[in-house]
Amino acid sequence: MFEQSIATLAQKLRNKEISSVELTRLFLDRIKTIDPQLNSYITISDTLALEQAQAADALLSSGKGTSLTGIPVAHKDLFCTQGTLTTCGSKMLHNFIPPYESTVTDRIQQAGAVMLGKTNMDEFAMGSSNENSFYGAVKNPWNLDKVPGGSSGGSAAAVAAGLAVAATGTDTGGSIRQPASFCGITGIKPTYGRVSRFGMIAYASSLDQAGPMAKSAEDCAHLLQAMAGFDEKDSTSAETATEDYVSGLEAPLTGLKIGLPKEYFGDGLDSQVADTIMAAVKEFEKLGATVKEISLPNLQLSIPSYYVIAPSEASSNLSRFDGVRFGHRCEDPKDLLDMYMRTRAEGFGTEVQKRIMVGTYALSEGYYDAYYLKAQKIRRLIKEDFVKALDEVDVIMGPVAPTTAFGIGSKTHDPVAMYLEDIYTLSVNLAGIPAMSVPAGFVDGMPVGLQIMGNYFAEAKLLNVAHQYQQHTDWHLQTPTMAKGA
Amino acid sequence: MNWEVVIGLEIHTQLSTQSKLFSGAAVGFGAEPNTQTTLVDLGMPGALPVFNKEALRMAVMFGHAVNAEIGMTSVFARKNYFYPDLPKGYQTSQMDHPIVGKGYLDVTLEDGTTSRVGITRAHLEEDAGKSLHEDFQGMTGIDLNRSSTPLLEIVSEPDIRSAKEAVAYVKMIHSIVTYLGICDGNMAEGSMRCDINLSLRPKGQKEYGTRTEIKNVNSFRFIEKAIYTEIERQADILEDGGRIIQETRLYDPEKNETRSMRSKEDANDYRYFPCPDLLPVVLTQEYVDEIKANLPELPNQKAARFQSEHGLSEYDANVLSSSRAMADFFEQANDIAKDPKLTANWVMGELSKLLNQEQLDITQSPVNATAFGELLVRIKDNTINGKTAKDVLQAMWNGEGSADTIIEDKGLKQVTDTGAIEAMIQTILDANAAQVEQYRAADADKQKKMIGFFVGQVMKASQGKANPGLVNPILAEMLKGE
Repeated sequence: MFEQSIATLAQKLRNKEISSVELTRLFLDRIKTIDPQLNSYITISDTLALEQAQAADALLSSGKGTSLTGIPVAHKDLFCTQGTLTTCGSKMLHNFIPPYESTVTDRIQQAGAVMLGKTNMDEFAMGSSNENSFYGAVKNPWNLDKVPGGSSGGSAAAVAAGLAVAATGTDTGGSIRQPASFCGITGIKPTYGRVSRFGMIAYASSLDQAGPMAKSAEDCAHLLQAMAGFDEKDSTSAETATEDYVSGLEAPLTGLKIGLPKEYFGDGLDSQVADTIMAAVKEFEKLGATVKEISLPNLQLSIPSYYVIAPSEASSNLSRFDGVRFGHRCEDPKDLLDMYMRTRAEGFGTEVQKRIMVGTYALSEGYYDAYYLKAQKIRRLIKEDFVKALDEVDVIMGPVAPTTAFGIGSKTHDPVAMYLEDIYTLSVNLAGIPAMSVPAGFVDGMPVGLQIMGNYFAEAKLLNVAHQYQQHTDWHLQTPTMAKGA
Repeated sequence: MNWEVVIGLEIHTQLSTQSKLFSGAAVGFGAEPNTQTTLVDLGMPGALPVFNKEALRMAVMFGHAVNAEIGMTSVFARKNYFYPDLPKGYQTSQMDHPIVGKGYLDVTLEDGTTSRVGITRAHLEEDAGKSLHEDFQGMTGIDLNRSSTPLLEIVSEPDIRSAKEAVAYVKMIHSIVTYLGICDGNMAEGSMRCDINLSLRPKGQKEYGTRTEIKNVNSFRFIEKAIYTEIERQADILEDGGRIIQETRLYDPEKNETRSMRSKEDANDYRYFPCPDLLPVVLTQEYVDEIKANLPELPNQKAARFQSEHGLSEYDANVLSSSRAMADFFEQANDIAKDPKLTANWVMGELSKLLNQEQLDITQSPVNATAFGELLVRIKDNTINGKTAKDVLQAMWNGEGSADTIIEDKGLKQVTDTGAIEAMIQTILDANAAQVEQYRAADADKQKKMIGFFVGQVMKASQGKANPGLVNPILAEMLKGE
């Protein structure tokens, strides 16, 4: 049951083969038995989940509801959920219960989904391994010695291990795609502005974007259908109309033009990962697509530019965590400065502190032009590269990450190696285009994700491309051994 | 040495929008702490700003009124610093691309001369909250009602050369924003506050001297006094061969002195950068033109019209149009009195005197424009004379009713019956036979001086009700004794 798709479960709920309360209990039980090994949840909201499941059952029995009604999902712990602890993976918010609901979780709840709990993540979404959580590292269900990826590592691990049917994630530099790739699930980062950021605790506002993480493209389409669309509470949310993500899934891929950026297949890419990606591309050719080599010449500039822009915005966004109004406050502050300094030193972990300092430096007088402004100029070049490439091809394909999931602790002392993890993903955030990760095979027992990138607001196209691939492959149907049998 | 003062002003004007600059919370003064706030104003995680279009419209109106370039693409930036009443850790303001660019204002001084003050820019920004130190022992309370209140910060060029000119400029800005209806102009409640940048240089020198900034001065009078005080302080230092330190100072009206607040050394690095939560504000020419076409009449336009339409003197027209409320009062009263000169004299004279005595604004006048106009009608039609009218106005002021009611109740109607006046005069002449004889013996010049005595006696006997226009000729005739 836990391996089934949203569409199948929706059918069963409608046919009364199972009730939402039963389904929810099943997942809550699985969380209780399996999650202690994974640490994918920070908060399990069982009481609320069962209430929501009951409401869903009532709605279903009156013949109403959407495809998500009664489906148990989990939310990354940076979406504010009214009345439910929202920590952002940080000690800073260890006691923060928001009196308001984020637009994303609100819309998913309005669609009738049941919230199982809040998933673990790198503190304030900063990290590529989920080792930066105040609530401890998350383990990869395919190999408990490996990281699940980050920062949406908890959501990825929970979905991969069948501890939620689907989950929400956010992607600032690859935080949906890289953990989806490491955990063998499907995740999409929509176009910047496609999904409202209201109530989502900000890391880097101009890059952050929420998206669905699920086992298949089809499940992602169901979740995105509920999440996407204009929100007057977010000024950067796009007024462009949303498409029907589910009904477009079946379109044939004949004539699809795929671009392979040569920069995505150079030094640093694990050869077995490269082979896996090329095998997937072959599969698309069989489905009627043609392949063309393209170039994204400024790819290598995306890491330095990202690691100036994201920390700069973060240094400002995280200023509100000052101990004055909510969250952690140090004990017995001597004076105001002491309160600020100790609150922030105690509340933020080292990676967050590091990025705040980098960002503060990049924005400071005398360095702004050399760093921040320069990075913004590079950002424009990267965007132009994509726009030019997507004039010639329908979608761009490549690896999500240079390797499969690495060992826990193996890169914690080498920040540059850790930052290089994101080389293939963060240029997409700088440009603002949509991109997804689709399971494409295994290397040494660890999943490999294929990245599919598309034009602005082409989410329906990406989901269609991924779905057609998944109709002919079964990589997305694999389940890690530790998740079976329970 | 002969010093020349160089002054530039930054005026913070609170825009009278219904809601805040970036949230739907109401803007208001005096509400219970933290009751006029939303998630945005409280800086809650995940809360996002939404720009108030009303504030945009007001800023563009102001730009037109000061002959300024309108920023067709303006950008909100974050000004980062920590303070307990700054909930987000940054203030959203405008830096490189303000909504109002270069403009100017021609300022008329009391002596009638006009000088042009350049306006560098005017940008939109949100206000911070307020720290409350008194109510909590050993702790500080934070009231975020003011957080995200819209401000238009109007920055002048360093074109101002005297305290009088500074005050005239601020008064003119005050008058413009209240005319436009974009600010209530209430300086006591902080709706307008002024930062004064001031330096001295030897007369004739081109380069500016080192300046100081006096923060948050909130009345016309204090602006003038603060400038005089700071000029004196800087001149003393310079005369003694000392150097001015660039710093921020506070003006203390009680001690009439400026005090150092913080020096440049501990100034913040605000790390401005474009706010990623707000898109650039892009205006269309159509929008800008439409606002220009619908601007209300501005003070200088009104003054010109008062001269041409109502035949007022330049002085009267300027005084009456300096505040929109006074101009409106004048026009409403005149609509009834239909005598612009009489109305102008009474508004600027008796009414202003009473308002000043009780330190009231014209909008708080207990006698409204209509009632005031009705009083003027009674002067015009000779029902009462000017002297009686002052008493009637005082009675109206005290809430005793309309002009007509008071005239009726107190029997203040002028005596215009010639027979009655003649009888009254005869009584006076009979009672003052000696003076009458003296009068008759005097030459014409002397007689002119002496007649005042008899007029006075008659007015006294009539309790002021005798119409002086009638008394004078009849008295002159009867004194001849023929």
